[in-house]
Amino acid sequence: MSRTKISDTILASLTWIFAGFTIFVLMFIILYILVNGVPHLTPTLFEIRYTTDNVSMFPSIVSTIVMVFLTLTFAVPLGIFTGIYLVEYVKRGSKVVMVIRTAANLLAGIPSIVYGLFGLLFFVVFLGMSFSLLAGSLTLSIMILPLVIRTTEEALQSVPDGYREGAFALGAGKLRAVFRIVLPSAMPGIFAGVILAIGRIIGESAALIFTAGTIAQLPESLSNSVRTLTVHMWVLSGEALHTNEAYATGVVLLLVVFFINTVSAFLAKKIAKG
Amino acid sequence: MSDKTLINVREAVMEKFFLFCASTSILALLLICIFLFANGIPAIQEVGVRAFLLGTEWAPLRQYPATPQFGILPMIVGSIYFMIGAIIIGVPVGIFTAIFFAYMCPDKLYFFLKPVVNLLAGIPSVVYGFFGIVVIVPIVRVLAIQFTGHLPGGASGMSILSASILLGIMILPTIIAISESAIRAVPKNYYEGALALGASHTRSVFFVIVPAAKSGILASVILGIGRAIGETMAVVMVAGNHARMPIHALRGARSLTANIVMEMGYASGLHRETLIASAVVLFVFILLINLTFTFIARKSGM
Repeated sequence: MSRTKISDTILASLTWIFAGFTIFVLMFIILYILVNGVPHLTPTLFEIRYTTDNVSMFPSIVSTIVMVFLTLTFAVPLGIFTGIYLVEYVKRGSKVVMVIRTAANLLAGIPSIVYGLFGLLFFVVFLGMSFSLLAGSLTLSIMILPLVIRTTEEALQSVPDGYREGAFALGAGKLRAVFRIVLPSAMPGIFAGVILAIGRIIGESAALIFTAGTIAQLPESLSNSVRTLTVHMWVLSGEALHTNEAYATGVVLLLVVFFINTVSAFLAKKIAKG
Repeated sequence: MSDKTLINVREAVMEKFFLFCASTSILALLLICIFLFANGIPAIQEVGVRAFLLGTEWAPLRQYPATPQFGILPMIVGSIYFMIGAIIIGVPVGIFTAIFFAYMCPDKLYFFLKPVVNLLAGIPSVVYGFFGIVVIVPIVRVLAIQFTGHLPGGASGMSILSASILLGIMILPTIIAISESAIRAVPKNYYEGALALGASHTRSVFFVIVPAAKSGILASVILGIGRAIGETMAVVMVAGNHARMPIHALRGARSLTANIVMEMGYASGLHRETLIASAVVLFVFILLINLTFTFIARKSGM
């Protein structure tokens, strides 16, 4: 064999080996958690109240759902309106777009622990919200805002200009064109972004420990401290006594991730079809 | 007022409202900067820039007559070690996987594998951390007892190596996704040209396509580094978190992020402010990484 052929073979096999490694690791993580966790998914883990004897994840599931809705309520309208402004109202490539987009990009890069610290300093201490659902969700809103803005922008940009021109030609004002014609066509893309944002909210832990706290209880008001599912899993994994329950929580989290990915893949396919 | 002017007024008001919404990002960024810097910078001044950034001792709770020490160098070095470890493990695997997806993978396999890799991006870091505790740490423990048994302190397996392996896995989706799109963005006729000149498939991919995509691939690595540096929970769970200068890859170390999340809960006074100051250091570091990324991404036209 010539030297070229040998190096070809080596490179090609390396590619297969490394790709195989990636897939193997992923499958291993998922299967390991499922195999060890599913047997521990007992009904008692879903009892209404959390006690030190029965570390029920039910309050955390409810807290997570409430946290998701609250955060979306703050961040989604803001993100969509920002996207509309950047795409529909400002000339593409203008200074305003540059500044806002740079700010959003910088926000997107900030590590979650820094968000957590900021939430602690600003919402919890400065605004006096203490560890609460509200402080946690406001912190997360800022965190997911860049994601919502970017996906809205991309979705709006993919709407053909003909739609806008058609609407204007029929005498619609800008607002009418945007809300009746452009926004509805961009909806699947925006929705896919929202789904991704939900995934980030559910997966977040570092930003919540010092803003929403870690108390496992059913939230009764916005000022209650709550513990979301990921934070719950973190607390359990720190206690050697509750490894099995941590596995079970991991299973629930993985199922949620499966579900979210399936929905967003479905949406992506729908957008691709047009 | 006629209908026409009413509509015009409404249009103008809504435009201002959209502008207001758009400025919240800027406002949020400013608030984050102001609150971090206002709380962190005075602490750095009080401790002294040199003593803070280059001090090798972190002992914030030391009581009189000894003086508390606020050197964050052990954590900076810890973060850098984790980052280097993650690069060594994650970058080759990620880039080769991206090449595989773009040029080697049969279509049918691709439609099955791609969603699987996307899944990797969605798994919460706490789940990764837990996987690290139950699988990676016990394996590394065996190595640690074997090779570092003579060193002081227990060989628990919670170590730089464990954290590096875990971070290497966690940055894979970032590197794969961005590298793959960079490789796919290279015009197909580069590949065809190489084939026409007599190069094999593998040679065309590795010596024509990949070099042409190099700035995009570099950008993916930089973004991966950003993720590795910023990661908190997974690192806290497997790194051992000893607040001293790291001594061995099989022994523990503490990252900047871990230092914040572990001590913020009970810190007060200057201790608390130095933690915020270490968030400032982290923030500046990430900012530099992102600026580099933006610069490279723009250059490569992504």
